[in-house]
Amino acid sequence: MKVCIEYQALAPIIILLGAGVLSVLIEALIPPTLRRTIQLMLVFPSIVLAFAYVVINATTQLAGDPIANGGQLKGMRELAAGGAVAIDGPGMVVQGIILLISFVSALLLAERQIDPQGDAFAARSSTLPGSEDERQFTAQGWLQTEVWPLYLFCVGGMLLFPVSNDFLTMFVALEVFSLPLYLIASMARRRRLLSQEAALKYFILGAFSSAFFLFGAALIYAATSSVNFSIVAGAMENSSQDGLIIPGIGLIAVGLLFKVGAVPFHQWVPDVYQGSPTPLTAFMSAATKVAAFGALLRVFYVAFGGMRWDWRPMMWVVAVLSMVIGSLLAVTQTDMKRMLAFSSVAHTGFILLGIISTSANGLSSTLFYLLAYGFTSVGVFAIVGLVRDASGESTHLSQWAGLGKKSPLLASIFALFLLALAGIPLTSGFTGKFAVFTSAVDGGATPLVLVAVVASAIAAFFYARVIVLMFFTEPPVDGPSVVLPSAFTTVAVGTSAAATLLLGIAPQPVLDLVINAGLFIR
Amino acid sequence: MLLTTLMLIPLVGAIVVFLLPTEKASLAKQVALGFALATLVGSVFMLLGLDNSIGGLQHLESHDWIPAFGISWTLGVTGISASLIVMSAILVPVAIVAGWWDVKDSSQGTVKGYFSLILLLEVFIVGVFSANDLFLFYVFFEAILFPIYFLIGRFGGPQRAYAAMKFLLYSLVGGFFMLAALIGLYVVSSRQLGQGTFDFQTLTTLNIDPGTQKMLFLGFFFAFAVKAPMVPFHTWLPDAAAEATPGTSTLLVGVLDKIGTFAMLHFLLPIFPEASKFYAPAIIVLAVISIFYGALVAIGQSDVMRLIAFTSISHFGFIVLGIFVMTSQGLSGSSFYMVNHGFSTGALFLVMGYLVSRRGSKRIADFGGVQKVAPILAGVFLISGLSGLALPGMSSFISEFLVLAGSYAVNPTATIIATFGIVLAAVYILWLYQRMMTGIPSQEVEEAVTEISMRELIAVVPLLAIMIVLGFVPQVALNVINPAVEQVQMYVGVTDPEAAVTSEGSGS
Repeated sequence: MKVCIEYQALAPIIILLGAGVLSVLIEALIPPTLRRTIQLMLVFPSIVLAFAYVVINATTQLAGDPIANGGQLKGMRELAAGGAVAIDGPGMVVQGIILLISFVSALLLAERQIDPQGDAFAARSSTLPGSEDERQFTAQGWLQTEVWPLYLFCVGGMLLFPVSNDFLTMFVALEVFSLPLYLIASMARRRRLLSQEAALKYFILGAFSSAFFLFGAALIYAATSSVNFSIVAGAMENSSQDGLIIPGIGLIAVGLLFKVGAVPFHQWVPDVYQGSPTPLTAFMSAATKVAAFGALLRVFYVAFGGMRWDWRPMMWVVAVLSMVIGSLLAVTQTDMKRMLAFSSVAHTGFILLGIISTSANGLSSTLFYLLAYGFTSVGVFAIVGLVRDASGESTHLSQWAGLGKKSPLLASIFALFLLALAGIPLTSGFTGKFAVFTSAVDGGATPLVLVAVVASAIAAFFYARVIVLMFFTEPPVDGPSVVLPSAFTTVAVGTSAAATLLLGIAPQPVLDLVINAGLFIR
Repeated sequence: MLLTTLMLIPLVGAIVVFLLPTEKASLAKQVALGFALATLVGSVFMLLGLDNSIGGLQHLESHDWIPAFGISWTLGVTGISASLIVMSAILVPVAIVAGWWDVKDSSQGTVKGYFSLILLLEVFIVGVFSANDLFLFYVFFEAILFPIYFLIGRFGGPQRAYAAMKFLLYSLVGGFFMLAALIGLYVVSSRQLGQGTFDFQTLTTLNIDPGTQKMLFLGFFFAFAVKAPMVPFHTWLPDAAAEATPGTSTLLVGVLDKIGTFAMLHFLLPIFPEASKFYAPAIIVLAVISIFYGALVAIGQSDVMRLIAFTSISHFGFIVLGIFVMTSQGLSGSSFYMVNHGFSTGALFLVMGYLVSRRGSKRIADFGGVQKVAPILAGVFLISGLSGLALPGMSSFISEFLVLAGSYAVNPTATIIATFGIVLAAVYILWLYQRMMTGIPSQEVEEAVTEISMRELIAVVPLLAIMIVLGFVPQVALNVINPAVEQVQMYVGVTDPEAAVTSEGSGS
């Protein structure tokens, strides 16, 4: 068989990974003083270029498109790289969402005005926390620009993850985007021990889950003699190897559900969200979730679609646990980042409703939810990074008291994000929830939707509590203040807020996009 | 476009007031009053434009909003919703005038913020009464929480934060159940029609199987019962009404609580006729409990604002009773009751607000002998109170009589029990009057309580006039309401029992 590489279809991935390599060279060859500028000049254009390629691929019809067209959207639908990668409507939508979020998050990573000592990352992450070295490097104003190559590799891996069409490619993509995340998570400038602890936890648990994923893939391979999704799907229909297939599906689900942070695989979420540098938390909470859900959708719609009666009960349990436990534990949190982490666990449960539907509606509504949630999540953590006192970020809830009086604009935008997370009408969160819930009821999961509604009500309580805290209590005497950020963060927050409002008030164009994206190709 | 315009006027007003520069902030009241009056003129124009021979939706306008979910911007009014909109449009300027000095700039909120929020509230009030796309209704139903939340939470009494939060959580929980039912209804419609819709008129044509109807009905009913509020979902109301400023309480109890009962009448009965009939006996029992519970607890209150809040719970019992007996008299009685209750409770809250701001206390025991010091104020209170206990000659008498007459034909037992609620109403109002107004004024009362001012009188007199005028010529309102009532009966498929006492103008 002649294997050819479809360069145009793969262009977004190639651009990002290529930029990553270049970025490593920059670290090696360019003097430290110039590195940051040159890295930024590489990162932003490469993300924009990759996004442009996604748009081009999504709008140009290939001559003699050989694959049955599931939707009305013009555009590429092809199996690339010998069937290892499937570029199709939903895949390109997920890639587009990831690139948008990466762009906005990169703005946050590039911010260096909010911390008087520099950016959000340790001056030299190899120095011991609290050591003399650390003090010197910090005093000299060093910046850890290795963040940028790691970031580019991470985004590149994320682009590949949801369009992988076999388990091995998916595993490689998983590692490519996870390893940089583990590293960047340990690089916080403030509270470094917490950051390193978080990174270590994330790494160990992540490695476990990767192993589960790989083990599952091996079992599936044993049962079906293939790792390719469409072949696996075909082989499963007539297979009598349930003893291999069911555990295989379960183990692969563990690997993927770990990445999206679903209960009972969520323990890492609060620690890592809290310990990581906040710009990374913003990126991770949004982009990792989008990429992992993209992959989860593909695996469970394409490879395991025929087995839905077997895996649905498991997903029901996971979804219910995620929604209920995420919401309940969020109520008890006193740290802003941990509260948002548990809220993200609850949101994972909501999005799982879309997976459980296994229908065209379920697919399109999940994609919409991911876009809506992604922007809101980036925005919310961007603002968390701005509320600081002399020792760094002030994430304890009590420190946020009265913020609405000191910085009404910022507090209002934060309230908007919280309302969107709570799913209040006229925000993107509501449209997303509505779409997902509707698809779930249509797919026969009405009891799940009732649980989801109750969980939303619980969640509304703790979001509302923060709003009350900001607007209706007196600020503490020595409370934190809001740092005026540079244009980087301002643009990021503004974009997220605009997207949150727009997707709530006029979601029709985006709904058209996700509905017309059609189905996965096989 | 009339109804959209009616929403735009207060919206523009809210924005203008909010954006007033600090040095011109003292103009906020005048500007807000101007916009509220303009809305009132527009709403009267809307009411006069109604064709009273048609029961269905009028002034209908419809634009696509989110076609993917079958959501549209569909506004329209029936005689019932039009009367409620006019009632609200009267109460808003009244609340503004009455609350002229109630709020002061503070760290919590500014005067212009207060008046801006009141106008914003009016936008959503018009929206919620005229929305005829269920999704749009839901959006207004939820959106209305925010201005009212801030009005209570920023400008109320010492316990305001607690009261505002309680109000918000009750309403949000109710709203989420409604959302679940809304999604279910959408899925039912998309299965039956191929494309899901939220259009009210289309939804009434659906043929939903009784089991599903019952489930969906409960979701909606819960949300509306919290809003109304009915016992046992009522505990937020006394707290909220007691902590808010009198102007806010007027709008909260006078207008916002009607949303629940209005929605039962306008949406629940036509869309879920089978389920409505199925649950009617149980709901009637709840309504009678509300009548008694509200009245008894009102008698036991020592805080005057809470007392009025509890009387409203009793009144809402009557309204719900009239709706779920589904006779033409009951329905038109309830619709008329909603309008009257807005005026009489509004007047009570305002007069009490005058007294409380003078005396600086909400405790009934702190008053006594007010009629010696301020006879006109006491007289105004007496008239509002008598309207509250449905004295013949007051408009509320007509509506209460219609409700009871209409329900007797269907459920005599409940009706007879409910009639005793009227006796309790006399107790709570007259005893309140006795304790606060008669007797020898204490030294504090003599010092603190002054006669009603011209501004205060201007605010409350229109309400008293309406109550008395509608008491003598209820036909003016009933002629507008009755065609809409017939339309509802037609949707539900009920006719009046043969033996029903027919009253003039009930149209059956």
